[in-house]
Amino acid sequence: MPTQGKCDDPAFRMSRRKMMKGVAAVLGAMALPAKDAPASVWESFFQKNFRELSPEDLKGVLARLEKEYSEKYKKAVKVRATPPVEGILFGYGLDLSRCIGCRRCVYACVGENNQSRDPQIHWIRVLQLNKERGVDLEDAEQYYNPAKVPEKGHFYMPVQCQQCEYPPCVKVCPVQATWKERDGITVVDYNWCIGCRYCMAACPYGARHFNWKKPGLPPAEMNPETHYLGNRPRPVGVVEKCTFCIQRVRNTPGRYTACVEICPVGARKFGNLLDPESEMRYIIENKRVFILKEDLNTRPKFYYFYAT
Amino acid sequence: MKREYLRYGRVLAAAAVVVCLSAWSAFAAPAPALGKEKDARAAASSPSDKQFPEPANRQFPVPPPPFTPGIFPCSDCHKEMKPNPKRRELKDEHTNIVLNHAQGERWCLDCHDTYDRDKLHLVNGQRIGFEESYRLCGQCHGDKYRDWKVGVHGKRTGMWNGEKQYLLCVNCHNPHDPRFKPLAPMPPPVRPGDIR
Repeated sequence: MPTQGKCDDPAFRMSRRKMMKGVAAVLGAMALPAKDAPASVWESFFQKNFRELSPEDLKGVLARLEKEYSEKYKKAVKVRATPPVEGILFGYGLDLSRCIGCRRCVYACVGENNQSRDPQIHWIRVLQLNKERGVDLEDAEQYYNPAKVPEKGHFYMPVQCQQCEYPPCVKVCPVQATWKERDGITVVDYNWCIGCRYCMAACPYGARHFNWKKPGLPPAEMNPETHYLGNRPRPVGVVEKCTFCIQRVRNTPGRYTACVEICPVGARKFGNLLDPESEMRYIIENKRVFILKEDLNTRPKFYYFYAT
Repeated sequence: MKREYLRYGRVLAAAAVVVCLSAWSAFAAPAPALGKEKDARAAASSPSDKQFPEPANRQFPVPPPPFTPGIFPCSDCHKEMKPNPKRRELKDEHTNIVLNHAQGERWCLDCHDTYDRDKLHLVNGQRIGFEESYRLCGQCHGDKYRDWKVGVHGKRTGMWNGEKQYLLCVNCHNPHDPRFKPLAPMPPPVRPGDIR
């Protein structure tokens, strides 16, 4: 056979190896930014993990991102990296006896945290449950759409990131692109995330969401007050999640989260678990508290409760 | 038997009059009596009250009461009218108000003041403004009032570690028909299969 004869030719074999080397080199070069790419592309390519950035590096990173986002969204975008404050451990309360399932929180969160509108990403998922069956997740419905809520015989349980004390998502991240901050908020460094989605598989609450496509965020709707670890615009191919509105709550004084602010029935509560006078401590000490999937020992800092 | 009941009734009525008079005099003579009342309250406070001590006459930042436009001040109409404290069904005015809040046990002047129409009054007779109406509601709904003060019942906004904004009970609950009204939900999420 003529082809076999050709392959046996030692000269040809050498050239194939050479060719493979060449292909590898070309592919490798293609993965690098082009030589005439702007300096910022090179900078972001060689940017370290957020936790390894020196203060000067961080300053540079934030300035670069602010410039990039301001150009893209045509408004003055602020990117802060406000660190956690000592003596604060954030906790969240949700009154199951009050929630009526109106989903105002879902869309307030989208607006505040710059989630992709198309394809749609929601950090809060509101489950409609049957009063007779209680918290039975097999029986939960998230696509309910009656004319008016609440519907008879049902109650509602919004689920979002539970800010676990032992977060399984952090444990599985192969590149340590996600971690728990000292104030209890689990965050993602979108520049370090490789998009493997192990964390999404590990999370028992379905609280992590993946940007399968370039996020569709209309500039007019973009919230320019951002945090590096929170609501800054995300690139395609990274995982994102609720951060208790880190861009708001890390300030002194810091506003309540967007979902707390919008809730028409006042079912959502937020406070410092280490402050004995906070509403969260009052809830835990005086109300019946329910922890979602408590048996998994993730120790959520998200407390469902019954005020009545 | 019947006479016995009547006698008990009379004794009770006399006792009620005495209690009312003493409460009124306590209210009329402010400083020393109020102090006593406060002590009594402190002694009878629940554990959570002790945990969250509250200064006397604490003011809560609340929005202005949500009056029907053009209805306040009530005295605009009522100043020409002679108050009629007789319990009755109103036939000429305020017929749009259908009481669905312990109806049958209560009528207008149990909360609205008979002689100062721009005020409400507590059961002890103290007149309060509409902007303090939570004190009126709290007389019956003490558990909700306690939760509301610490920001657990009802919506509290502002700064989680700073200034907070409260809502009045009546911002969410119509005082004449307090059950929270159903709302239209926002759209459900797109099903994963429909995301392109």
